[in-house]
Amino acid sequence: MSAIGWAVSDTVSLTRRETMHWLRQPFAVIVGLLFPVLFFLMFGYLLGGGMTVPGGGGYRDALIPGMFAMTMMFGVEATMTAMGADAAKGVTDRFRSMPMSAVAVVAGRCCADLIQSALGLLVLVACAAVSGWRWQDGLAGALAAFGLLLWLRFAMLWIGVFLGLMIKGPQGTATVQILVYPLAFLSNVFAAPESMPAWLGALAEWNPLSATAAAARDLFGGPGFGGDSFAASHPLLLALLWPLVLTAVFLPLSVRKYRGLSR
Amino acid sequence: MNSPPPALRAEGVVKKYRDAVALDGFSLTVADGSVHGLLGPNGAGKTTAVRILATLLRFDAGRAEVAGHDLSREPARVRERIGLVGQYAAVDELLSARQNLRLFGRLFHLSRPAAHRRADELLERFGLGEAADRPVGRFSGGMRRRLDIACALILSPALLFLDEPTTGLDPRGREEVWSAVRDLVSGGTSVLLTTQYLDEADRLASRVSVLDGGRVIAEGSPDELKARVGGDRLEVTVADPREAEEAARILARHGDLPHTDGERVSVAVSHRVKALTGAVRDLEEAGLAVEDVALRRPTLDEVFLRLTGGGR
Repeated sequence: MSAIGWAVSDTVSLTRRETMHWLRQPFAVIVGLLFPVLFFLMFGYLLGGGMTVPGGGGYRDALIPGMFAMTMMFGVEATMTAMGADAAKGVTDRFRSMPMSAVAVVAGRCCADLIQSALGLLVLVACAAVSGWRWQDGLAGALAAFGLLLWLRFAMLWIGVFLGLMIKGPQGTATVQILVYPLAFLSNVFAAPESMPAWLGALAEWNPLSATAAAARDLFGGPGFGGDSFAASHPLLLALLWPLVLTAVFLPLSVRKYRGLSR
Repeated sequence: MNSPPPALRAEGVVKKYRDAVALDGFSLTVADGSVHGLLGPNGAGKTTAVRILATLLRFDAGRAEVAGHDLSREPARVRERIGLVGQYAAVDELLSARQNLRLFGRLFHLSRPAAHRRADELLERFGLGEAADRPVGRFSGGMRRRLDIACALILSPALLFLDEPTTGLDPRGREEVWSAVRDLVSGGTSVLLTTQYLDEADRLASRVSVLDGGRVIAEGSPDELKARVGGDRLEVTVADPREAEEAARILARHGDLPHTDGERVSVAVSHRVKALTGAVRDLEEAGLAVEDVALRRPTLDEVFLRLTGGGR
């Protein structure tokens, strides 16, 4: 078989390894899937009663696409933790001492994480549907929105791979797990940036998470938080560009870090 | 060249880090079908050497080859001929032993049926048949290590690296791993074993290299190395530690390299029986109360401490 053939075969083997993990610990998978659902219930029903959408429309309808985007962003933790665990346990070293494809080590991780995130999205969509949410602009718009969401997840993969290779030990992992919360909340997922102090609102509008959330709201044809800034009025453009920029930065950094293991 | 190349040959390997030299002209030859022990104090460069030879780290100078394949020019060929068992059991703890072996078999580019066959063979050979379908997370330390070694043997490598394979195992786990290693060698695989347990090298290795400061400072069979620090030792335990000094004076007539440790006094001897009878007679004449007299081989610990300047 050619080098590319083996790379594909190794990627499939490593992706299967992850799917076998899910079967081995279904409880952890279910908790992982239900976590964003819990968030949705908390913000949609416990706190949402006091929230308003400036342009009109239901708060939960604005919240749901934001929850989708936030779930994609939180995927960074899963990628980072899995990469870090393999490195710490010597599994990465074993892979590197074997005649397998180096690309596959990361490609397998990417495929598995994208599949898991897509399944996570499906569960969230189902829960949202139960609560009465529907996309309003047809299937094509909805599919485009899901594409943008997975595009954000793809960018998060590379940040996760990079952090997983860089961070040693559980303390670093815990730090990242804590930091994702302020980064996720500093966005338009839960509240209108215009309701925030001006400088915070500007940061929130430029958050890549906000771009994907706002673009998904538009594509689903639901209400959004709007805004007058460039970032707030061009969500689709930014939802395409931000992940591209993040990938352009973190993919080479990850490759460098991985190669640097042999230095 | 008619004879097959040795399992490993390294010559003058140098590895520098920004602020330190980890290997400073490291040379080592591992003969085919042997266990070669690599001993050294912490920081001597053992793990760096293994990581370089297992293609995980690049080096700055020198050359090395595994089964005739050059490490720098043909790393892919080298990877087909080695197995690595690092300091942690690098197996997937969520998967079962069988799933691990099948996964690694596929990643070693065996066909699916071949990977399944090989997994069954290795499970049998390492006594893991009954536990084959249990998740590895529930294995004992010794079982996990045996699976770890089995995963490294999927392609029947020419050279297996065992980096401190029994660190953290209980005595039973160590015994399990030792017997697995002995079986390996009878199967024709060469082993490079690093360890901080010198009795482990003594039991398993036919040759031992002592590493200190990034270079090999002594090499030989365990017996040769022991002979080098003075052969057998005659050890006398006196009842009263205040008489140890006089006992040492008497023993010095019958051997070299006297050493006193509390009430225990020892010398290196060349003629075991002559030295023993002579020393006992002299001690008796001097009227010293003796608790115990013994002839013993020096331990590799003593060799090691002597060679690396850590003792006496």
